Amino acid sequence: MTGRLGALLRRDLARLLLGGRRGGSILPILFFLAVAMIYPFAVGPDAPLLARTGGGVIWVAALLAAILPLDRLIEPDIEMGFFNQWALRGISEEWIIAVRILAHWLSFAPALMLAAVPAAALLGLDGPTIRTVELGLLAGTPGLAALGVMVAALTAGLRGGAALSGMLVIPLAVPLLIFGAGSLSTGGDSGVALTGACSLVLLAIAPFAGGAAVRAARD
Amino acid sequence: MCWQACDFPLTLGAMQECRIAAEKLACRRGDRVLFSDLNFALSPGDALQIVGSNGIGKSSLLRILAGLMRPFLGQVVRDGTIGLIDERAALDPELALGQALAFWQRIDGPVDNELARLGLAGLMDVPVRYLSTGQTKRAAFARLLGQGAPIWLLDEPLNGLDGEAVQLVETIVAEHCRAGGICLIASHQPFDLAGLRQLALQDFTP
Repeated sequence: MTGRLGALLRRDLARLLLGGRRGGSILPILFFLAVAMIYPFAVGPDAPLLARTGGGVIWVAALLAAILPLDRLIEPDIEMGFFNQWALRGISEEWIIAVRILAHWLSFAPALMLAAVPAAALLGLDGPTIRTVELGLLAGTPGLAALGVMVAALTAGLRGGAALSGMLVIPLAVPLLIFGAGSLSTGGDSGVALTGACSLVLLAIAPFAGGAAVRAARD
Repeated sequence: MCWQACDFPLTLGAMQECRIAAEKLACRRGDRVLFSDLNFALSPGDALQIVGSNGIGKSSLLRILAGLMRPFLGQVVRDGTIGLIDERAALDPELALGQALAFWQRIDGPVDNELARLGLAGLMDVPVRYLSTGQTKRAAFARLLGQGAPIWLLDEPLNGLDGEAVQLVETIVAEHCRAGGICLIASHQPFDLAGLRQLALQDFTP
């Protein structure tokens, strides 16, 4: 079983991280940096204001970057018959979804956390704030990945699924955003801990909800 | 029909004991019952062709037998893993054929999938999206052979194949059954195979 899961992870990473024709994880990261770059233009060069709101902008940009690849997380594999073939081989949908969450996280979160450093510099954040942002992203991005895969599975096969999944992810990501970005204003680690707690809940639910959704889409 | 099957696992390696049976199967799509009270039992070496016009439920029957769809009534009894070929090849379109098949070999284990015989040996560097319909179908057969499953469910296996490839598929199916496998074919095209039984789905429509 571990060999099969390894093969699945390898394929998922090749598709999501390198991404073939669709640019893989490069495009979401460039998008993230572009948002961080354009924000000072929009609000003006007021350094204290940028420093106060910059952390929150990084969080919103991270959420949007995580939403970008949702339409190719689950649906293409259902369309191409991969989920049917895996089911025939006794590989449960829950395992496939769990592996895909890991691959999705690996494909955007580490690069995003790296890109957050130049983004923080553009917004003029100070050292402790950058540290809190990075810790918050570390705690929050697994939850975003789980949420993204779960919603992608739920909307696979629906017409307009890509737009719908964005609409579904944003409200469900509110707790992560409140605690993750909120830890910046209080400066405490409790916000990071609560972000981590939200992530763990989402990670626990997502494989089962996503697996059930893929099975339901089959009939 | 169990001739030379169970005791001589010859060409396809150690094929395990397999069987598949439908008991009082019924299938409903929407509010329409497609077929009901369908019974059959297949033992090693058997081949069955499911015939019927478009939309009568051939594909649905195969999906029920594969366990991908729940029957409306009745049950499927089976021993042995299922290999399925349908209109979806389950090969990554942007990968070269060799890499796409290598993924399934990592999942299924290193079983010979007879690439040369299927006429695929020269296509291993070609991206799957550039393959023709017939070539994709043959690649799906390579995936099926590599799986080593005893029960084959083939949904329109001859679609898009030229005359030579049709014969090749018929030979491969014959070998599979001789080695103790079971094969179910859903097709409205004639399939040339000794000992092939036919099941007409219109006999089971309500």
